[in-house]
Amino acid sequence: MAELGGLHWIGIVSIIMAGVAVSVGSIAPALAEGRAVAQALASIAQQPDEANSISRTLFIGLAVVESSGIYCFVIAIVLIFANPFWNALLAGVGS
Amino acid sequence: MEITPDQAIYWQWGFVKLNATLVGTWIVMGVLVLGAAMLTRTLASDGSLARGQNLLEAVVSLLLEQIRDVSGQRPEPVLPFVGTLFLFIFTANLLSIVPGFTPPTSSLSTTAALALAVFVAVPVFGIRRHGFRGYLAHYAQPSLFILPFTVMGELTRTLALALRLFGNMMSGTVAAALLLSLAPLFFPAIMQAFGLLIGTVQAYIFAVLATVYIASATRVHEEAAGSSDLKERNLG
Repeated sequence: MAELGGLHWIGIVSIIMAGVAVSVGSIAPALAEGRAVAQALASIAQQPDEANSISRTLFIGLAVVESSGIYCFVIAIVLIFANPFWNALLAGVGS
Repeated sequence: MEITPDQAIYWQWGFVKLNATLVGTWIVMGVLVLGAAMLTRTLASDGSLARGQNLLEAVVSLLLEQIRDVSGQRPEPVLPFVGTLFLFIFTANLLSIVPGFTPPTSSLSTTAALALAVFVAVPVFGIRRHGFRGYLAHYAQPSLFILPFTVMGELTRTLALALRLFGNMMSGTVAAALLLSLAPLFFPAIMQAFGLLIGTVQAYIFAVLATVYIASATRVHEEAAGSSDLKERNLG
């Protein structure tokens, strides 16, 4: 039953760390995107003629900034649904 | 729960597997090819245009205009590649509202393949424009010390391109599946509508980033030489 204890701990730690990864990993992209949008709005207010190119650049920049948050989300999903350690332990217990 | 359509296997014969990603890709290809074939059968250049031709011309001119704005170069050479990428991802993401259809873009295999296509296309366009030596020279443009960083940047942006599309589309699928078990009546519809928006934006961004990468590969040398096209061609 020692293995079962380890199994429990892997599950608990994985779920907690998935939550931590998403919550910590979403802080910086949120702040950065907020800054970018605020700056872009100010620019559009100053130069309404350039709204098209400003918003296009804003979209590209947002996507690039957002990808760091997306990485954290992918890590969290992998931890919960496709955890390699969990699968290895399950295979070890099963055999 | 399945987080990737690679795991949903419809048919298997030995090591040949037919999974949901492949079937989804074939459906998207079929929709695009058959739709284009049907709409281009009655092309006309005078008087009244068919509705389908209007649609296609609007799409193509929109793509041309966007590519010209983003890259600041002649859009025709990159239009086939970037336009195909955009239309494929856009159709795949839009078809995700069809029940039972998992978009192939929510599988890392598909997005990695698309990102690899961009990874290969950038040097192809660069070499076609500047020649082999001219393209390789731009990796070590300001000084030789920059070489590892440019190579690294080339690799990481390919990874980022694949992971961004995958993460966005997969999060939509997973969130829809979770909400379906949590609040099955009303919220999934809202999430689906939101997913359409995200899918469109991601298709646009993938195409724009591909355009930007290709444009940077075909432009750098031009600025470094500081001369007109004609002069450059004479030198080369």
